Amino acid sequence: MKNDLYNYILGIADNSLILGQRLGELCGHGPNLETDIALTNISLDLLGQTRSYFQYAATLVEGEKTEDDIAFMRTERDYKNVLLVEQPNTHFGFVIMRQFLFDVYHLQFMKKLQQSKDETLVAIANKGIKEVSYHERFSSDWVIRLGDGTDESREKMQEAVNGLWRYTNELFQLTEADKAMVSEGIAVDVSTLKDEYYAKVSEVLKEATLTIPDDNYFQKGGKEGIHTEHMGYLLADMQYMQRSYPNMKW
Amino acid sequence: MSEQEVKNLEEIFEARIARDEKIEPKDWMPEKYRKTHIRQISQHAHSEIIGMLPEGNWITRAPSLRRKVALLAKVQDEAGHGLYLYSACETLGISRDELYEQLHSGKAKYSSIFNYPTVTWADMGAIGWLVDGAAIINQVPLCNTSYGPYARAMVRVCKEESFHQRQGFEIMLTLCNGSPEQKAMAQDALNRWWWPSLMMLGPTDAESVHTEQSMKWKLKRKTNDELRQQFIDQTVPQAELLGITVPDPDLKWNEETGHYDFGEIDWDEFWQVVKGHGPCNKERMSARVNAWNNGEWVRDAAIAHAEKKQNKKLKNVS
Repeated sequence: MKNDLYNYILGIADNSLILGQRLGELCGHGPNLETDIALTNISLDLLGQTRSYFQYAATLVEGEKTEDDIAFMRTERDYKNVLLVEQPNTHFGFVIMRQFLFDVYHLQFMKKLQQSKDETLVAIANKGIKEVSYHERFSSDWVIRLGDGTDESREKMQEAVNGLWRYTNELFQLTEADKAMVSEGIAVDVSTLKDEYYAKVSEVLKEATLTIPDDNYFQKGGKEGIHTEHMGYLLADMQYMQRSYPNMKW
Repeated sequence: MSEQEVKNLEEIFEARIARDEKIEPKDWMPEKYRKTHIRQISQHAHSEIIGMLPEGNWITRAPSLRRKVALLAKVQDEAGHGLYLYSACETLGISRDELYEQLHSGKAKYSSIFNYPTVTWADMGAIGWLVDGAAIINQVPLCNTSYGPYARAMVRVCKEESFHQRQGFEIMLTLCNGSPEQKAMAQDALNRWWWPSLMMLGPTDAESVHTEQSMKWKLKRKTNDELRQQFIDQTVPQAELLGITVPDPDLKWNEETGHYDFGEIDWDEFWQVVKGHGPCNKERMSARVNAWNNGEWVRDAAIAHAEKKQNKKLKNVS
């Protein structure tokens, strides 16, 4: 049970960590100061959530483990984030679309996590839901603004949604740890979120005058630690200090 | 307006400043006062924005989650400072787009310090400790400067800056209490950032063209050399506390003056950096210009969408 819970928490937290890391790459390079601040702010929220989850996870395993051991000392095969969040910041349209496709899910997820039987997870969800509602509002607004903006921006957003759509379905798959925790009343059964998710996403995309991709070929693997080729570079960057100078205080 | 009328207005204006009254956007002000403030406030705003880059360089590589979060928060604060300062500057009748244009064309300057590269994690500590430290010395007096919007922006900026400075010192302290490798990293960062930090306080008084006028308008309360001395006097004991050495063989406490004597600053290097030939001037500018150019479609789309919405509203009303 402890092991399943540990893996379950990592599955949630890794999404926040990896997306936060991606957003961190953008700092100072945004199209204007306001979006720069907003994306840094979202990154900060996501990494804050990650810390809460990892601090909790660290208490569930034998021996002395810290949030940093969990973040920096796992290899890419041990990361359980969905493929969507590790996708690169190809251009601002991809950044916004990736955020939107994740935020809609994340908000639904947080709402359900508030009903978990695990008090710590409920506390994290109660704090996180305020942040995630803000993220969802920001990314939905920008999807609409850019979709229904100029011809060029519509094209770019369509390109982004076409490119990222194949990573959406993975959000609703259950791992073994998920299933075990669902039966304990701790985990969110994400498979039940799917219909509402696609309905909400479609509604926003429609308002943004974008075409909903009819692609039914989806990619998966992230939750099982089988990632895209982007992941190794992301971790090499993120873990470089801890790998070069292990066991130190910073 | 006749010459005499302008002269009268100028006299009234100078008297207000002498009485420590705040000048507000709608008040009459000499053209030179307006221009000087646009120059200084925008230069300050640009420094905040360019300053996001050297630190942003380490966000993805910060060694712990706690440090990563703190660094993100700091860079976010800097973007916020940029926003306040651009707004303050806009009250003087110039648009943010014009200000950006001046930055991107190289017409407007930003602090020379941000043209140095951040090559190790310890640089995040050194920047907080030294660079923000020097900035605070420059900026605290500005909380009382004569132009109201600038003074009010600075009150908020200074609060956050002091926090950043403490955070930077704490990074240095952790490194200096850590392994020999970490301490060496801290020493190396001090070696590279010490002299550039001293240069942040500007050219020597003899070379400083704006000092006299700025003192009159209370944009400055002390000269560059006085501020630099203050910075050195307060920072050297901190280096001693950390157990690392300031890279200046001529640095020595002077019993008579009650100050530290220090070595000659390499002013050739200073002017080289100011003129655009420092280690990172070109990278910093091209990062900004690229962000601006690559973001054009986003800004255009936002405007186009706002217009569409506005038109829809009008249609619904009629």
